[in-house]
Amino acid sequence: MEAEQSFSDICGGRLALQRRYYSPSCREFCVSCPRLSLRSLTAVTCTVWLAAYGLFTLCENSMILSAAIFITLLGLLGYLHFVKIDQETLLIIDSLGIQMTSSYASGKESTTFIEMGKVKDLVINEAIYMQKVIYYLCILLKDPVEPHGISQVVPVFQSAKPRLDCLIEVYRSCQEILAHQKATSASPM
Amino acid sequence: MVLKAFFPTCCASADSGLLVGRWVPEQSSAVVLAVVHFPFIPIQVKELLAQVQQASRVGVAVLGTWCHRRQESEESLGHFLEGLSAIFSHEPWLQLCRERGSKFWSCKATHRQVPASPGAPGQDQVMLIFYDQRKVLLSQLHPPAALPDHQAGDATASAGGLAAVFDTVARSEVLFRSDQFDEGPVRLSHWQSEGVEASILVELAKQASGPICLLLACLLSLISAASTSRVFKLWPLSFIWSKLSTCEQLRHRLGQLTLIFSTQKAENPAQLMRKANMLVSVFLDVALGLALLSWLHGKDRIGQLADALVPVADHVAEELQHLLQWLMGAPAGLKMNRALDQVLGRFFLYHIHLWINIIALLTFHIYCFYVYGARLYCMKICGLSSLWRLFRGKKWNVLRQRVDSCSYDLDQLFIGTLLFTILVFLLPTTALYYLVFTLLRLLVVTVQGLIHLLVDLVNSLPLYSLGLRLCRPYRLAAGVKFRVLEHEAGRPLRLLMQINPLPYSRVVHTYRLPSCGCHPKHSWGSLCRKLFFGELIYPWRQRGDKQD
Repeated sequence: MEAEQSFSDICGGRLALQRRYYSPSCREFCVSCPRLSLRSLTAVTCTVWLAAYGLFTLCENSMILSAAIFITLLGLLGYLHFVKIDQETLLIIDSLGIQMTSSYASGKESTTFIEMGKVKDLVINEAIYMQKVIYYLCILLKDPVEPHGISQVVPVFQSAKPRLDCLIEVYRSCQEILAHQKATSASPM
Repeated sequence: MVLKAFFPTCCASADSGLLVGRWVPEQSSAVVLAVVHFPFIPIQVKELLAQVQQASRVGVAVLGTWCHRRQESEESLGHFLEGLSAIFSHEPWLQLCRERGSKFWSCKATHRQVPASPGAPGQDQVMLIFYDQRKVLLSQLHPPAALPDHQAGDATASAGGLAAVFDTVARSEVLFRSDQFDEGPVRLSHWQSEGVEASILVELAKQASGPICLLLACLLSLISAASTSRVFKLWPLSFIWSKLSTCEQLRHRLGQLTLIFSTQKAENPAQLMRKANMLVSVFLDVALGLALLSWLHGKDRIGQLADALVPVADHVAEELQHLLQWLMGAPAGLKMNRALDQVLGRFFLYHIHLWINIIALLTFHIYCFYVYGARLYCMKICGLSSLWRLFRGKKWNVLRQRVDSCSYDLDQLFIGTLLFTILVFLLPTTALYYLVFTLLRLLVVTVQGLIHLLVDLVNSLPLYSLGLRLCRPYRLAAGVKFRVLEHEAGRPLRLLMQINPLPYSRVVHTYRLPSCGCHPKHSWGSLCRKLFFGELIYPWRQRGDKQD
């Protein structure tokens, strides 16, 4: 079952949340970030080239112009491959684990998988981010030494940064699976 | 809990038969290793499994049945397969079935015994997870963080569910040794059933490595015995030995080669990687050295370099002279104390005249100037601080290592204040000379430091591991990733498990070789403090040097 809904992130940009329910024990949530806007790209390129042209008129060395083009291209490729995240996916599989995937604009995907044995809980936390107070969803990991302690907090949807309404949808869905998981792991089966 | 069945992708198109593998009750997961085909004799299957269990210490058993319906007339096979559960009893009994031409499977897991808690179903939900057997066998899992009190080895099986899967497949290599062309009693299907993978070159290398290692180990032990003989422990030679960085590097390489060619086999994968990294590092070193030599010898470049060295030395000396002339004038508009200025400037100029003929010692005079400047400045600062204390009526108590008040006589105070004033007003001149020469010295030290860093990099970079990560990324695994395959409602969930390779930064961090140990001993704070008080700085100290 697939469902798509439109939300907004903390800065007001548009996000799309896609929910896929594969089975009662497996759900996937995909948050798509706003794409790279042509306006900002043009603005940055024009600034860099104007600065290079200004330097060129001072130094009369044409290497500066070719260097500026080179830098712009490399910078754009680096930005698309290492910085700009297009989509963030959360896949939760009952009794197996939680997987977070970030796909970059150049197609690169970076995945992290956390086994269910290490997951303590999934919660919504508040944080002070610059001048705002924002909500973020995070996974709490168990501490192997102390049974009631938390060893690590792993935030989810870090670059998309959706608002509370989107987070509540994801939270409710995941808690259904986690509750089922806790119930079955408690009973000796 | 949902029952997880790990199924190898190579067996997905195999004929019907029995599923053989390991059951992990804590994770409620069944790791299928191979499929036993018809016809078979149950006694022989049980014997084979007992043999494998003894050889690999993995609890291999018959987990269930696999049914691949190729034609319509195989309905009777289903009844036959159900009868097998009476012969090979296993709790729970897994039944996987695949229709001809269909991508979707049907899975059943039944418990024969009455469940303990009422209301619990006799059947479990099954989740299919496909994995590439060859990649999982060859891969090595790197856990995210090594806890200080975590025991390695046997505990990994219980540490994480996926570590157990990797461990099971890796240890069951015995099961994969026979292929379909062998005339054994039991016909198995696994990743090597099409033919066992082997390479003639690898086998030849393995045969030849024994005697070669023995020979080289003897040779290296001879060399190291000769180098530690009494002759080299006499004072002049041992001093030179420890100062020259070439000797340090040679010693380091000798140690590495001894380790590589030792006749002991590597105990664990980490040691094997280390040996391989060292070998590749030695090869790279030799290759770079040969390339540099051949480049220098071509077109008489050595002669050209030697010819260029003399004018460079002259140029450096000339520049120093200009610098000193500038200092003796009014440098940067500052007004210097003329007499002291002249004395210091002429003193340093004299040294340049002395050294202008020595070609090899390009920067030795910079070092000397730095030492003189630093000592003068240091003496000055000491005098100033002590007289400043006198000026305030205090004294340094050597016994108690602290500043105490003291009552001075009038004449002591008078002379002390006079000297203090003189030193304060001469401070800018001395400080300027000190500053200039310290900057030059720091420049030389930076160049030296960069060369050290480069040597360190060649020594400690794990090139074999990086190459492995580039060409065979599944060998170094940071974890796994799952992909949900096509799904139909009512059918069991199918996932594909793939290996998530280790990021390059972690590869370098985990497999980096130990370097010479020549790291700067000072932090930035202590360096600034030493510079301010005029203490001499020796940033690059070899291991085991005496403190100056």
